[in-house]
Amino acid sequence: MSDAAVADTRRLNSKPQDLTDAYGPPSNFLEIDIFNPQTVGVGRARFTTYEVRMRTNLPIFKLKESCVRRRYSDFEWLKNELERDSKIVVPPLPGKALKRQLPFRGDEGIFEESFIEERRQGLEQFINKIAGHPLAQNERCLHMFLQEETIDRNYVPGKIPPGCPGSLHCH
Amino acid sequence: MSFFGFGQSAEVEILLSDAESRKRAEHKTEDGKKEKYFLFYDGETVSGKVSLALKNPNKRLEHQGIKIEFIGQIELYYDRGNHHEFVSLVKDLARPGEFTQSQTFDFEFTHVEKPYESYTGQNVKLRYFLRATISRRLNDVVKEMDIVVHTLSTYPELNSSIKMEVGIEDCLHIEFEYNKSKYHLKDVIVGKIYFLLVRIKIKHMEIDIIKRETTGTGPNVYHENDTIAKYEIMDGAPVRGESIPIRLFLAGYELTPTMRDINKKFSVRYYLNLVLIDEEERRYFKQQEVVLWRKGDIVRKSMSHQAAIASQRFEGSSSHPEARTPGQPSDNNSRQ
Repeated sequence: MSDAAVADTRRLNSKPQDLTDAYGPPSNFLEIDIFNPQTVGVGRARFTTYEVRMRTNLPIFKLKESCVRRRYSDFEWLKNELERDSKIVVPPLPGKALKRQLPFRGDEGIFEESFIEERRQGLEQFINKIAGHPLAQNERCLHMFLQEETIDRNYVPGKIPPGCPGSLHCH
Repeated sequence: MSFFGFGQSAEVEILLSDAESRKRAEHKTEDGKKEKYFLFYDGETVSGKVSLALKNPNKRLEHQGIKIEFIGQIELYYDRGNHHEFVSLVKDLARPGEFTQSQTFDFEFTHVEKPYESYTGQNVKLRYFLRATISRRLNDVVKEMDIVVHTLSTYPELNSSIKMEVGIEDCLHIEFEYNKSKYHLKDVIVGKIYFLLVRIKIKHMEIDIIKRETTGTGPNVYHENDTIAKYEIMDGAPVRGESIPIRLFLAGYELTPTMRDINKKFSVRYYLNLVLIDEEERRYFKQQEVVLWRKGDIVRKSMSHQAAIASQRFEGSSSHPEARTPGQPSDNNSRQ
């Protein structure tokens, strides 16, 4: 090897990019919106549901578009499943607002419009953060949450497909 | 008990014979300050004189002997009492007696072996120093002078590039390439990252230089990681087929040569850490060791007589008697 006085800093050779790759749609499209909150039921049996709409081109999701209705306790269920089965650090959910559920409040408590909007935003952030995580995408519970009509709490937890994290580490 | 000439009747100084011509190098002290010390290489002779100045010329100084030592030692911060000396040379300068006037004593340590580079780290320090001692009944008079030693290597014969395809199944596949596996301290890392599959939303990519200092043996091994550099190489979302170039100049960073299992006490190794960060601040990384080595300076501009002869006789550096090829761990063992 020659004892060069000045190092060679020329770029390494690389394949020119295919134009269809350069101008085609990106392979990482994933958008989840949480909207249209609706309060169902009467009196003390009331609860609020939110529409969870997902659009994606990631092959790991069976449906490229899906729309389901979920309530806060469904999000809690998802958080618990992921904390137990996956190695990811699950982001926080918006608060449970127990104080708002006490009687004799001056306002609508957990059915107050401003509170529902706050919660909607928190849930949207939560689900987008999780759905984009490669390790969470391997969990059955996430797919069931996003793309199946109802959540079967007696399901068999598992991975889709058998998890194989490559030699690139993620955390 | 030793005092460094404080309140004593005599002052001791150590002076090198080539103090005028010898180069000095900057070295960080334990508390982070940068100071300059005389620079030596393996095999060079260390010579000079010890001067003894009586503070009060009318008082006689009784002593039990005067000596000078050349010491190379390793000090582990968690075990301060034990200094591991790997070089220990001594020359007696005077037999027990008394002084009535100031005096100087010449000394020479010929072709001293200095197998390791001076190093001041997070948990360990390797230093070389001269120590002059006037032995006395109650308190010795001691003076120490630190020097800095650099270990030089030449261009390695084998220096293959690093090229690897890594990823997360069905999610992110990249091929990264660095032009060499061994870099000298003023070298440039030239490389590229090629994206084969991108199914996550990447925000940016950076390359970090990480220094890992390992001290201790067996079950008590301790790693100290330090990120020396963070260098962003891409801002924005890449797609399949894109190639991102890397050009990272090492001269701007505080680096030492790779040190493997020095005297079986510690190691200092360097890693390139390629980090991709997605829109949710998730980090995907791949760490790869690189070997760093120190290249000798080439005497080029000077038209002095000495330099002209030197460049005729040796290709490249002339004043550095020994240069080893980097990346050969057996070198250190053979020095025992």
